[in-house]
Amino acid sequence: MDAGRRLRTLGIIGAAALIAAAWIAARHGLGAHGAPANLEPAPNIVLTDLDGRRFALSDYNGKVVLLDFWATWCGPCQAEIPEFVKLQKRYGGRGLRIVGISLDDDPRPVRQFYARFKMNYPVALGNARLAESFGGILGLPVAFLIDREGRLRAKHVGQTDAAGFEKEIRGMLRPVAAEHARRTVGTQGILFL
Amino acid sequence: MKTRSRIIIAVMAAAVLSPWARAWSMNHAPADKPPLIQPAELAKLLRKPAKGPKPLVIQIGFRVLYEQAHIPGSRYLGPASEEAGLNRLRARVKTLSRKTPIIIYCGCCPWNHCPNIKPAYAALRAMGFTNVKALWMARNFGADWVENGYPVAK
Repeated sequence: MDAGRRLRTLGIIGAAALIAAAWIAARHGLGAHGAPANLEPAPNIVLTDLDGRRFALSDYNGKVVLLDFWATWCGPCQAEIPEFVKLQKRYGGRGLRIVGISLDDDPRPVRQFYARFKMNYPVALGNARLAESFGGILGLPVAFLIDREGRLRAKHVGQTDAAGFEKEIRGMLRPVAAEHARRTVGTQGILFL
Repeated sequence: MKTRSRIIIAVMAAAVLSPWARAWSMNHAPADKPPLIQPAELAKLLRKPAKGPKPLVIQIGFRVLYEQAHIPGSRYLGPASEEAGLNRLRARVKTLSRKTPIIIYCGCCPWNHCPNIKPAYAALRAMGFTNVKALWMARNFGADWVENGYPVAK
């Protein structure tokens, strides 16, 4: 088989595989990066961190966001914080952004807690309106995972196992690496699925 | 066959005895553990108040939770795990008869992790209140009260 024919055959196989993948994705309701297609967009809230800096959740579009509703006096929340600090350190470079929303009544214990636990991600004080924009926070902790397209991917109520979070986050971070590989290899004229 | 009969008897005995055991444990709570009232029982009480003085229902959790949803008629006094919350609680009940029925509730987090119920109960007992119950919420206010369709005010 000459080189031209081989390339044509490869192209046909690749195209067939692409069609099959698209069919499977459509059948299983999957959108880009294997995410369910009917995901709701995360509310675009504007927050003020403990130093008075304002930021919007939409500032993190393109990143994977772990949004954690917590309070300093909440035992399960306290247990999760050191794990979040580790996750931010480990995956920050790959696009993870953790944001904490404290539901404490008073900012003073939050500032103390922030320093004591060496928190390495922004923390803002929440309120009822903000909590309701996420469907109501009627118990703590509650954590949301938001994908790179700004869509709500998961909601965890109660203390969640750190390994479980890490697995989910890795899964949500992976698509960019795959996308990058696809683009890189694509420019070299090889079909990458 | 014999084994199967034994299993059936054991299961039946457990089914019969478990509500009794739970009721007994609620009515014989140790000093640091408040007697409990179940959400369904309180919801029923709110619908059809019993004869006698109306219970004072107090939320001792966090403000954002109370502002989103709370038990109708309940008062917000703040987390009893903090001194400010405890002081508000003491001030609120100071002038009441020590026989006043009081129901405290939080629902901030799973029951075993709630930091507010114990200090609130201890403070009320120390003040001499004899008719205090805590609303049992295994998971949180959302899961154990709101999602069960019990009445809610904002």
